[in-house]
Amino acid sequence: MAMQANEIERLIKEAIPDAQVRIEDLRGDGDHYAAYVSSAEFKGKSRVQQHQMVYAALQGRMGGELHALALQTAAPENG
Amino acid sequence: MENVVFDRIREEITGSDVVVFMKGTPVFPQCGFSAAVAQVLTVMGVKYKGVNVLDDPGIRDGIKSFSNWPTIPQLYVKGEFVGGCDIVREMYDSGELQQLLADKGVETQAA
Repeated sequence: MAMQANEIERLIKEAIPDAQVRIEDLRGDGDHYAAYVSSAEFKGKSRVQQHQMVYAALQGRMGGELHALALQTAAPENG
Repeated sequence: MENVVFDRIREEITGSDVVVFMKGTPVFPQCGFSAAVAQVLTVMGVKYKGVNVLDDPGIRDGIKSFSNWPTIPQLYVKGEFVGGCDIVREMYDSGELQQLLADKGVETQAA
């Protein structure tokens, strides 16, 4: 089972509307992705909390149909 | 049922300073992400306890809801959830993990 990159992006933006999302298909197999997510909503939150917000956006798919998503999150420097 | 599992998880994370819930063992990790966390800790010379979730389906599911974290491995230091593979690697690269362990009074050996 795999997920499309644009589906991952759609789910993240649905939950975190201002998110800047960049997705890389690491192996071109639709199963191993890296995601870079930046949002003002991450400000003042720990990395764990930021990642939890992204996982929540993915509604349980992480660790299930989405096997590998290397995640990096950040709050924008200015803004 | 969940309470019994959560109690066991609490025992694990308070019983050792550094605990990794992982697939496989520190010597023989059975997943690349678990291996990466084990390697970081080994390079830092940190003594840690590996809990092999493949040996225990209750813990394997339970730790995900306990930490509100969907994946394994998971690193705990002094009873506190630090993160999964991505966060551990990011913190190690930036020096934050070394700082966290020092702040918590966990012994490391410079490699």
